[in-house]
Amino acid sequence: MRIDCKHVWQHISAYIDGEVDAALRADIDRHLETCEICSAVLDSTRNVVVLMADERVFELPVGFSERLHERLDRELELAGPS
Amino acid sequence: MKTPDPEFEAECIRRILAGERQLFHDLIRPSERAIYFLLLSLLRNEAEAEDAAQETAIKVYLNLKNFRGDSQFRTWVLSIARNEGLGRLRKQGTRREDSLDAGTDEQTGDYTPAILTSWREIPSEALERKELGALLREAIDALPGIYRNVVLLRDIEEMDIRETAGALGITEGAVKVRLHRARALLQRSLAPRLKGFVPKRRGLFGGRA
Repeated sequence: MRIDCKHVWQHISAYIDGEVDAALRADIDRHLETCEICSAVLDSTRNVVVLMADERVFELPVGFSERLHERLDRELELAGPS
Repeated sequence: MKTPDPEFEAECIRRILAGERQLFHDLIRPSERAIYFLLLSLLRNEAEAEDAAQETAIKVYLNLKNFRGDSQFRTWVLSIARNEGLGRLRKQGTRREDSLDAGTDEQTGDYTPAILTSWREIPSEALERKELGALLREAIDALPGIYRNVVLLRDIEEMDIRETAGALGITEGAVKVRLHRARALLQRSLAPRLKGFVPKRRGLFGGRA
């Protein structure tokens, strides 16, 4: 089936996650082969997704873990699970 | 993401409840990041999110014997974090533009992507990672709350759709819809500014050369 750009955009997120069925994936792939715009939309969306998963981009505040476990230590001394 | 290990968790919980309290540190550690970022997305304030994260960890500890094991441990932990965050928002009396508990996803809104044809053609000029992080955080912060939560758990913490749904108390269908819209909004605001920045990770453009 031939699908248009709007149709492709609707499924971009699911496509990136591998959540579209084989038939739809084939339609999208065929569209992407000839559509420069959708290829760029897909690549840019995928780039954003990849960047967000990069732990160096989203870091915990400095000392977060130390402070959390110090507080937990104080709490663990006070009470057991009730 | 650190992959949760249900057997390790179950063993840990059993031993903590039997008196080995110090093991709680190891039990909660793999969930720390997700707790913090979920709370940051709710509260939008680093100091407040950190304090709420500590409170969450303490509540998890005090309620450990109530964990039934019918959901993943981290899902349970994140629902406690979410309640902590929502409770604080209620206390602040924050009027929000969108209800975080909303279960409906109306069909309004424009999710048209930014059209650019030159994403791959411009040579990569290394954006400073710090600068990049600031850009991303700013764009995520500008998302409506119900989308921000989903993106945080799914794309930043890389939780799967089922776990994200469990942690947020929404259906898997709602996760998919919100994720799609969130990514579309992020692509639109970020793509023009990130033009030319190609993150290094294998297989990024693979599969359909």
